[in-house]
Amino acid sequence: MRHIISILLENEPGALSRVVGLFSQRNFNIETLNVAPTEDPSLSRLTVTTIGDDRVIEQITKHLNKLIDVVKLVDLTEGNHIERELMLVKVKALGAARDEVKRTVDIFRAQIVDVTPSLYTVQITGDAAKLDAFLQAMAPVGILEVARTGVSGIARGDKVLSL
Amino acid sequence: MELLSGADMIARFLQDEGVEYIYGYPGGAALHIYDALFRQDKVKHILVRHEQAATHAADGYARASGKPGVVLVTSGPGATNAVTGIATAYMDSIPMVVLCGQVMSHLIGEDAFQETDIVGVTRPIVKHSFSIRHPSEIPEVLKKAFYLASTGRPGPVVVDIPKDMTAPTERYEYVYPKKVKLRSYNPVTRGHTGQIKKAVELMLKAKRPVFYTGGGVVTGKASEGLTDLVKKLGFPITTTLMGIGAYPQSDYQSLGWLGMHGSYESNMAMHHADLIIAIGARFDDRVTNNTSKFCPTAKIIHVDVDPSSISKTVRADVPIVGPADSVISEMISLVQGHPITHPEALKEWWEKIDGWRAEREGKLYEPSKPGEALKSQEVVEALCRITRGEAFVTTDVGQHQMFAAQYYKFDKPNRLITSGGLGTMGFGFPAAMGIKQNFPDDDVVCVTGEGSFQMMMQELSTCKQYGVGVKILNLNNASLGMVRQWQDLNYKSRHAHSYMESLPDFHLLIEAYGFTAITVNTMEELEPALERAFADKHELVFLDVKVDPFEHVYPMQVPLGSMRDMLLSKTERT
Ligand SMILES: Cc1ncc(C[n+]2csc(CCOP(=O)(O)OP(=O)(O)O)c2C)c(N)n1
Ligand SMILES: [Mg+2]
Repeated sequence: MRHIISILLENEPGALSRVVGLFSQRNFNIETLNVAPTEDPSLSRLTVTTIGDDRVIEQITKHLNKLIDVVKLVDLTEGNHIERELMLVKVKALGAARDEVKRTVDIFRAQIVDVTPSLYTVQITGDAAKLDAFLQAMAPVGILEVARTGVSGIARGDKVLSL
Repeated sequence: MELLSGADMIARFLQDEGVEYIYGYPGGAALHIYDALFRQDKVKHILVRHEQAATHAADGYARASGKPGVVLVTSGPGATNAVTGIATAYMDSIPMVVLCGQVMSHLIGEDAFQETDIVGVTRPIVKHSFSIRHPSEIPEVLKKAFYLASTGRPGPVVVDIPKDMTAPTERYEYVYPKKVKLRSYNPVTRGHTGQIKKAVELMLKAKRPVFYTGGGVVTGKASEGLTDLVKKLGFPITTTLMGIGAYPQSDYQSLGWLGMHGSYESNMAMHHADLIIAIGARFDDRVTNNTSKFCPTAKIIHVDVDPSSISKTVRADVPIVGPADSVISEMISLVQGHPITHPEALKEWWEKIDGWRAEREGKLYEPSKPGEALKSQEVVEALCRITRGEAFVTTDVGQHQMFAAQYYKFDKPNRLITSGGLGTMGFGFPAAMGIKQNFPDDDVVCVTGEGSFQMMMQELSTCKQYGVGVKILNLNNASLGMVRQWQDLNYKSRHAHSYMESLPDFHLLIEAYGFTAITVNTMEELEPALERAFADKHELVFLDVKVDPFEHVYPMQVPLGSMRDMLLSKTERT
């Protein structure tokens, strides 16, 4: 099963490499990885999506917790949560396809953020499945470039990941 | 308040931390630190002959004393030479602090002379690492390093120190930090009471229980409690290689150690048990054999201070995260006054175990006949007799290691000092050196093989410099015996590079350093040679004992089998 693990990490040199190194060292898999500082400059928030059975996920969270730089973590998929990813896509937009692309962009509530005579640059946010669906819809038209941020997420309701 | 240079802060901190010995080797990036050490005399620096030996010596010191071992090396090759010893300490959870010189900070990343990203290189084999970014950080970072290395599940910590951080011209305030806090690191101090209760209920109700305890009991200083608990319950106990001596092996309830080359009765008991009480052990593959066939009828209680050790390879029914000593003492108070539910079943269980013991009694190996080469097993038995089972025994890796662990009987923890997790040839001799310096009045003997000894024999020179009176028992089978055994079993005796041609004349070699060497070929020579070797506690003596090169280590678990699937000799299997 796919899990989204969010981690509060000491904002220290080498901390990120310890997390990433752990995944390769122990043969755990990383689907996406997203990291940025938080409102507290001493902490980064890192979100990783990974796939594994319960046993593997238990090992992943235990080993992450063991890293000295990991201050706190939560497996968001254990409860209700909001998952978002941002993607920028350059698609061909020529002739009849130009309108078709625009329509699809609207259907997906995406935005065209840059235009040239031959292509559109589209910005879209949503969960990973929505982004995948958009790419599928665009495939016949011609996808030129994709930039995805990787999944970020947060728990629904009162639950807060903080110190 | 005092103003000190970074280098002086390091020397001062080590004093304030109570460090007695530091093992190291100088070089450019570490020279300010060396100069600071030179100008004080509280912390004694031991100059080894190879940085790997520094880490093993510090490791041996740490295992025997329970205090963190300290190493100082220079950047680049100095640091990379230390890597094997860091990995060895990591695999066996040994507290160690390794101070590495580094090139000047403005040169980092430029492939400067003797620059290695040692923090990067050691990342997977340390508990944590630090890079010093300003001299004023030094006291606090060092305190954190010692704190991390020695608490929770211990392990090595690397501190990378760019040369400019130790420059004598720059001085900063020095205060010894008595305590440090890391917001992300809070090792558990006790187990969950509810879980401990559940475990004790299972223990009291068990019909075929076995204690299976490991290095965590030794490093967690919980041997006394363990012995008390096991005695109170009257259960059998087997330990891992790393856990040897945590419970006295000469006691009736001890089944010896378990796993690949563990005792027949240990492995049989594990396989047939209905309850396994694992404490400070990690269900390593050298213990469990095939995990899918592991202990089919047993419920498993698993106590470990490291949560990631629990249910890693084998699912625990009652997991308890906590340090061995406090969990054990809680167990003792719960067991107190509560008799076991099935004393008759336990009695039957012991009868069964005694049956397994009797099956192998007198059949463990075939002693040599007059005129034949000595067997390593009988040499170790003689060693145990002569030293009354009281020596510190370090080993290298190979058949001799297994023989030492099987035939020396250990009644105390920390007496068998061996590289269990990494299996590092070359570990034994420097480790013995580190121990001897701290226990000068004890017998310290390194049981080694001619293959392993040659990996670290340059340390004879260190022993000469500091007058370190260790004994070296070379079980010389003129081959990489353990490799050869596998080749006999799995490669139709094609001995690819497992022989040792052109061995040195060990006698001459040892004498070149001014030490005594004794060659032993026969049974008649053996005991007198051992007596002679141990006559003077402060003299290094090397015994070159020629042993049978064809001997195998048994029992030996059959690959992919269960615990009870074992070869018992060249001709018998379960
Ligand atoms: C550094 C290192 N290299 C290789 C090995 C693989 N290995 C394990 S046992 C062994 C043979 C050891 O020979 P020796 O020290 O003579 O011991 P013996 O088995 O003959 O008693 C080897 C090569 C190892 N454990 N460590
Ligand atoms: Mg040998």
